[in-house]
Amino acid sequence: MLLARWRQTLVAAVGVTFSIAMFITLLGFMNGLNDLLDGLILNRTPHVRLYNEIKPSENQPVNVSGQYKDSYNFISSVKAGISRQEIYNSGPILQAVKDDERVLGATPKLLAQVFYNEGTIEITGVINGVDVEEESRLFNFQDYVTSGNPIDAKNVANSIILGKALAEILVADIGDVVQVTTAQGERFPLKVVGYFQSGIQEIDKVQSYASIATTQKLLGKPANYMTDIQVKLYDLEQAPAVAREYAQLFQIDAEDIQTANAQFETGSSVRSLISYAVGITLLIVAGFGIFNILNMMIYEKMDSIAILKATGFSGRDVNLVFVVIAMSIGLFGGMLGLVFGFLFSLVIDNIPFNTSALPTITTYPVNYDPMYYFIGGVFSLVTTYFAGFFPARKASKVDPVEIIRGK
Amino acid sequence: MEGSEEKMQEVILEARGINKSFHDPVTVQVLRDITFTVNKGEFVSVIGKSGCGKSTLLYILSTMDTDYTGELYIDAELMSGRPDPELARIRNEKIGFVFQFHYLLNEFTVLRNVMLPGLKLGRYSEQEVEHRAMERLKMLGIDHLAKQSAYRISGGEKQRVAIARALVNDPHIIMGDEPTGNLDKRNSDIVFNIFKELTEVHNQTLLIVTHDTEFAENSHRIIEMEDGRIIRQ
Repeated sequence: MLLARWRQTLVAAVGVTFSIAMFITLLGFMNGLNDLLDGLILNRTPHVRLYNEIKPSENQPVNVSGQYKDSYNFISSVKAGISRQEIYNSGPILQAVKDDERVLGATPKLLAQVFYNEGTIEITGVINGVDVEEESRLFNFQDYVTSGNPIDAKNVANSIILGKALAEILVADIGDVVQVTTAQGERFPLKVVGYFQSGIQEIDKVQSYASIATTQKLLGKPANYMTDIQVKLYDLEQAPAVAREYAQLFQIDAEDIQTANAQFETGSSVRSLISYAVGITLLIVAGFGIFNILNMMIYEKMDSIAILKATGFSGRDVNLVFVVIAMSIGLFGGMLGLVFGFLFSLVIDNIPFNTSALPTITTYPVNYDPMYYFIGGVFSLVTTYFAGFFPARKASKVDPVEIIRGK
Repeated sequence: MEGSEEKMQEVILEARGINKSFHDPVTVQVLRDITFTVNKGEFVSVIGKSGCGKSTLLYILSTMDTDYTGELYIDAELMSGRPDPELARIRNEKIGFVFQFHYLLNEFTVLRNVMLPGLKLGRYSEQEVEHRAMERLKMLGIDHLAKQSAYRISGGEKQRVAIARALVNDPHIIMGDEPTGNLDKRNSDIVFNIFKELTEVHNQTLLIVTHDTEFAENSHRIIEMEDGRIIRQ
C-alpha cells in the first residue's frame, strides 16, 4: 500500500524530515547562541563571590542602648562606619574554600579604582588584580586576551593588560607604557603587555587586568590584601546554598551567580521555549500532512480494505497496517530529519561569524546536545502515531459489505 | 430440506429463521424467515430477481453482516452474536469468497494475492503457503501469471486468481456473489467449469448467488428467492 502512493508518502516523509531537521537545527542554533551569551557572562562570573560590602552597621548604637530599648528610634542619614573593603583574614578563608570538596577552585581578586592619564585627560577605570594562572584555569581569562600573552602580566613587573577599547582611547600599543593615577593620588607607570576584549564594549572601556602583586603595589597594600574571593564550584546549582553557608561561616558577604545574573537564566529559558514551540508546531503541521495523506489513502484503498476484511483480516489487523504505515513514515522521515538536522547544524557551525564584540567566536555557535536529537526522534514518532491513529481507526471500521455491495 | 438429516450428510451451513430489515429511511423487511441447509460437496445456486434479498442473504451467511435475527451455523458452530475478530478468523479459515469484482490488491503480484489469506491464517510457513498457492494457480491453469502484477492480467484471469485466493485455505464453503456477472460468455464458461470441477473432483461446497439462469440450471441445486422468502429449493 505504501508503494502505491509512494509519491504522497514521500511528501509526507519529507514533511516529517523537514520539520525534524528544522527542529534540530533551530534548537541547536538557539542553544548554541544561548550557551555563547551565557558563557559571555557566566563563564567569567564566579559561582560564589566573597566580599566585604561597605554598608552601615545594622546595630546602630541607639538600638543597642538599654536606655532606649522600649522606644521607636528613627535614625536618618545613617552612614557606613569605618569598615574596610578588604576581606579580613583572607589567607585562611581562601585556604578553607580551596579545601572544600565542592569547590573547583578559588582565586583572589583585587579591585583598584584608577585614572589613566592620556596627556592632560584623565580617564577613570578599574584595574582587576588577578592571579593570572588561576583566572585562566577557572574563568577562561586567556580566551579574552586577544593580543599578547596573559602570563606576561605576572612575569613582567609592573605590567597591565588593557581593555581593547581603552587601549584605543589611550593609543597604547603593546610594549608602550601607560600612566595611571591611583585614588590615593600616586602616579604609576605600567607596561602594556596585552589587550583584553570581553565582548562587552562598556567593560572594555574601563576594565584592565594586572597581576595581584602589581595591583597591591599600586594601592600600597600588603601581599594578603584582597577585596574579593572568587569561587568556582563543580556544580553551578549548588551556588546559592554554598553562598549562604560561607556567608555564615566566614561572617562575610557572599553572592551566588543565580542572584547576580538572574536575567540570563530567564533569557535562556525563554529562547529555548520559543525554539521548542516553533519546532513542535512544525511537527504538528507535518502530522496533519500525514493525517491527510492516510485519509486519502483509505478512501482510495476502500476495496483493498474490504477484501482484506472479507478474507479474514480483523479490524485490528487493518488498524495495525495503517498505524505501521504512519509510524514508518515517522521513523524514516524522522531519522532522515535527524541526519539533515545534523548536517544543517554543521553548515551553520561553519558559517563565518566575526564580530569585534566576540573575539573568541569565528563561526556561528551550535549546540549538538544529543538530547535534542532524542526529543526530535521521539516527537516524530509520537506525532505520526497520532496522525495515523485516527485514519487507522476509520479504516478498521470500514464495513466490507457496504463496499462490496456498492460495486 | 427434511431429507438432509436422513441422508446423514455432513451439514456445512445451516440457516434457521433468519430475518433482516433495513431501517433507513423506512423499515423494510428484506429477509423473512430464511431456513435452509447446505451439505458438503453441494453446488448450490441462489437465484431471484434484483432486490429479492439474495445478496443480503449471502452477506449474512458469510458472517460479514451481523445485523440480523435468527441463527446461523457454519460447520455446526453458531455464528450469531460472536465478536468481530472471531468472525474474521472464521471467515479466514472456513469461507472462501468470489465476488463480481475481483478485489485483487494491485500492489502485489498474483501469487502474493493468492497467498494473503493463507499468510493471515498462519497455519503453514510462508514457503508452504506459496507452494499451496502455486498448486491452486496450476489447477486453474494460470500458474504462468504468478509473478505478474495483479493489475496487468485480463478480467477473466483476475476472476480465476480470485477463485484461487478463495481456495488457498481449503475452506469449508466457497461463497460467490455473481462471480460471472462481469465476464463474457467464454470466461463465464471457464469459471463455471472451474466450479463444476471443484465440486465434482474436489468435493468442494459452493454457494453461488447469480441471476444467470443458465449457470444456475447447470448447478446441483437451485434456491429461488422472491421478496425476501425462499420460494423454491
